[in-house]
Amino acid sequence: MNNRLLCAALLVLPVFASHAAETKVSEHVLKNGMKVLVKEDHRSPIAVSQVWYKVGSSYEPGGITGISHMLEHMMFKGTDKHAVGEFSRIIAENGGEENAFTGDDYTAYFQTMEASRLAVSFELEADRMRNLHLLPDELKKELQVVTEERRMRTDDNPQAKMQEHFNAMAYTNSPYRNPVIGWPSDIENYKVEDLQAWYQRWYAPNNATLVVVGDVQPKAVFALAEKYFAPLKPSELKPLKPQVEVEQLGVRKMTVKLPAKLPYLVMGYKVPSLKTATQESEAYALEVLAGVLDGGSSARLESGLVRGKQIAVSVGAGYELHSRLSTLFTLEATPAEGKNVWDLENALKEEIAKLQLKLVDNEELQRIKAQVLAKAVYERDSGFYQAMQLGMLETVGLGWKKVDEYVDKVNQVTAEQVRDVALKYLVEDKLSVAYLEPLPITETKIEKGVR
Amino acid sequence: MRIHLLSFILKKHKFRLSRQAAQLSFIPKGHKFRLSRPTAQLSFIFIAGFAAFCNPAQAAAKIENWQTPQGSRVYYVHTEGLPMVDIQVAFDAGSARDGSQFGLSALTSALLDTGAGQWNADQIAQRFESVGAQFGSGVTNDMASVSLRTLTDKPLLDKALETVQVILTSPSFNEADFQREKNRTLAGLKQQEESPGELASIAFYKALYGDHPYGHPTPGSIATVSALQVADLRSFYQKYYVATNAMVVVVGDLTKEQAEQAAEKLVGGLPAGQKPEPLPEVAMPAKANAQHIDFPSSQTHVLVGMPGTFRKDPDYFNLYVGNHILGGGALVSKLFNEVREKRGLAYSASSSFGPMFRKGPFAISLQTRNDQTGQALDVLNKTLADFIAQGPTEAELTAAKKNITGGFAMRFDTNKKLANYVSMIGFYDMPLDYLDTFQSYVEKVTVASIKDAFKRRVDPQLMQTITVGGSANKSEK
Repeated sequence: MNNRLLCAALLVLPVFASHAAETKVSEHVLKNGMKVLVKEDHRSPIAVSQVWYKVGSSYEPGGITGISHMLEHMMFKGTDKHAVGEFSRIIAENGGEENAFTGDDYTAYFQTMEASRLAVSFELEADRMRNLHLLPDELKKELQVVTEERRMRTDDNPQAKMQEHFNAMAYTNSPYRNPVIGWPSDIENYKVEDLQAWYQRWYAPNNATLVVVGDVQPKAVFALAEKYFAPLKPSELKPLKPQVEVEQLGVRKMTVKLPAKLPYLVMGYKVPSLKTATQESEAYALEVLAGVLDGGSSARLESGLVRGKQIAVSVGAGYELHSRLSTLFTLEATPAEGKNVWDLENALKEEIAKLQLKLVDNEELQRIKAQVLAKAVYERDSGFYQAMQLGMLETVGLGWKKVDEYVDKVNQVTAEQVRDVALKYLVEDKLSVAYLEPLPITETKIEKGVR
Repeated sequence: MRIHLLSFILKKHKFRLSRQAAQLSFIPKGHKFRLSRPTAQLSFIFIAGFAAFCNPAQAAAKIENWQTPQGSRVYYVHTEGLPMVDIQVAFDAGSARDGSQFGLSALTSALLDTGAGQWNADQIAQRFESVGAQFGSGVTNDMASVSLRTLTDKPLLDKALETVQVILTSPSFNEADFQREKNRTLAGLKQQEESPGELASIAFYKALYGDHPYGHPTPGSIATVSALQVADLRSFYQKYYVATNAMVVVVGDLTKEQAEQAAEKLVGGLPAGQKPEPLPEVAMPAKANAQHIDFPSSQTHVLVGMPGTFRKDPDYFNLYVGNHILGGGALVSKLFNEVREKRGLAYSASSSFGPMFRKGPFAISLQTRNDQTGQALDVLNKTLADFIAQGPTEAELTAAKKNITGGFAMRFDTNKKLANYVSMIGFYDMPLDYLDTFQSYVEKVTVASIKDAFKRRVDPQLMQTITVGGSANKSEK
């Protein structure tokens, strides 16, 4: 059995390698410091264009948490050249799809269009990088929109709300303690001047990466980028304060009481990311460890806790390999009927203990690696995803070349390394735990009437 | 970073998707109630824009179609560039076939990969995952389907195909697996009761469809699922998972011969069986109605709509293009403009037609602070009434056509999206040139034809309004 599995994994390797050659990334840096990355994908006559800024919620000081996200919303509100709403109208008329997103470590904007219309998106993105209008009336309305967004995502969602409280407990001084969307009283009190200052500080070509993936030629894209983005003036970027999380000195626990129907458990161990690890191999070992626990339906958590012990109705593990700052290795679970969060916590700790005591067997390890290899092929089905990987790795400071290293580095991880990171990082003193204690939801009243 | 593209999420209707898409979470098997995992904290300016990524639509690709000797329809498209294939096997066995046992179709589907042939759930999962294959199963109102994404190297492909074959032809339906999956479904149903959006959606379908087979939620209810027995699942499987009721979609880097062999392998072992009778027509609601469900949330979820359009509807393109202008466009539409851009009343405001075998829902949705519900509803209803009365302007129609045709290639620019398209075409027996003629049908739409179609098909006198949320005075702290 072992031999067959090993074969399976090895068989995939040449497949990946033979196609990897076609997906070379071309890089060009404009004189103003803006980096341009291009990856060809000629399967369809379209291109995705993404502009990534090195700014996100982990850049924000107290009092204005969520301002990166607020600014992302305001970026659709007009410039010297284009009135409110024009940006989206022009993209739509060109058959485009567009959106934007904000994370802990980045803010990104994207358009997907027929490849021949790339100039439309470049012209508009270059324009709003430097010439944004921040108008009080528009801010007033958009503040309401963001507040509604927060209600929908967090305030009315028990598990999301608990996650928010959990992060605020688990991190002491790391900015990851704040939600991306911001704390309510911060959102309520943004002023135009706050947004103006944030925009001035971070929205500059030398703080941005342009990524294009699709039916394009790198040289033509670079020429187009020169035309639209090169005239933009760079800024003097003030370095970001490091805000390194202090060492945790013992386990932290909290109960979150909310109207809900099911209890819920979240656990998180302080771990380095690929960016902050002193040895890269530790980060890749943690990535594989996450796969051992939660890499599909055959992985240990689903097999052992959902099916075997039937102690959970759902369970998961997560590790943010590519976060800019040190992060959490998380475990989360919902207990099965008749079980409670403490049963679950013990069961999860037993799984951790197993990883510390006994080496992962070869068959299991090969299965994780086979999945990683296959996913590397599947991911190339989506130009958007490929662009996202390049943009994200560049923006968190790892550099886009790390994308190409991923499969090899995961392949090099040994069972001993997985055990060693479990022993080093998944320990009680680095642990935070939160329990969701459901409160009754008020009786449902149904009122009927004819309009 | 564990970010998964939303195309992995199997959801049935756009208006539901546009809410759940917010999570950016990966729902492994298309089980509606898989509880979501903690995910990368991403905040989008507007989530429905992402729905476009996974909205099955049409494609200008060469679809080949044939029948297996046992009578299953096969749809095949050869794509190049990546050594992978997406395969779907679909049956007319969605929740509309539940009868009075709501949730039967969904639980049957969930049981498939928990035991088959000689293998238990662990062994099945290991077989797929050892070759990097991804398997999923799920149901919509109309359809039950399994999907496989695998590499095309022969030993890997063969192992994955063999596993799906055994799952489809000899599922075990063990009592122990049944009890466990039933309990998980019940937990999901319970959790649904903490979500005002889910409660609104359930009430909305009930209001639109009453006792029609579309009237109940696909996962069922706590009462109906509790009453299910494993024997019910076995007979449901025996009746509906049969060759004449099966359709196979193969999209990827396989030759036609390989596709033929794959289809034969997957469904060749199924008994011929019978195609079920077509679902009954949908009866329109007798009159407009409004229903409020009190819920301790800070927002009220609003759904307004009525039975809308079906897959072979001659009015489809008029309704589709018209709705694009009214509320279907992601960041540019009348509803988005009136509710969000002008007034800041909601994060998302949109409308959609969800065509099904019979009339699927026309739904307008928004979520707003409790004390603004009345105002938001007024804006929504006025926007709709004005659109029905006046139709779009020529300029709006031109812009919509430019958006739809200009972005046509993006509808099928990935293997996954193309496979979903082909699946829709196959399942609903649409013309094979549907993709090639799509743009010309869009071009033929006029202001007058939209106006005419909306007047006949979207009637404010029949609108069902659902609101779920707190009362106005409890709204903001």
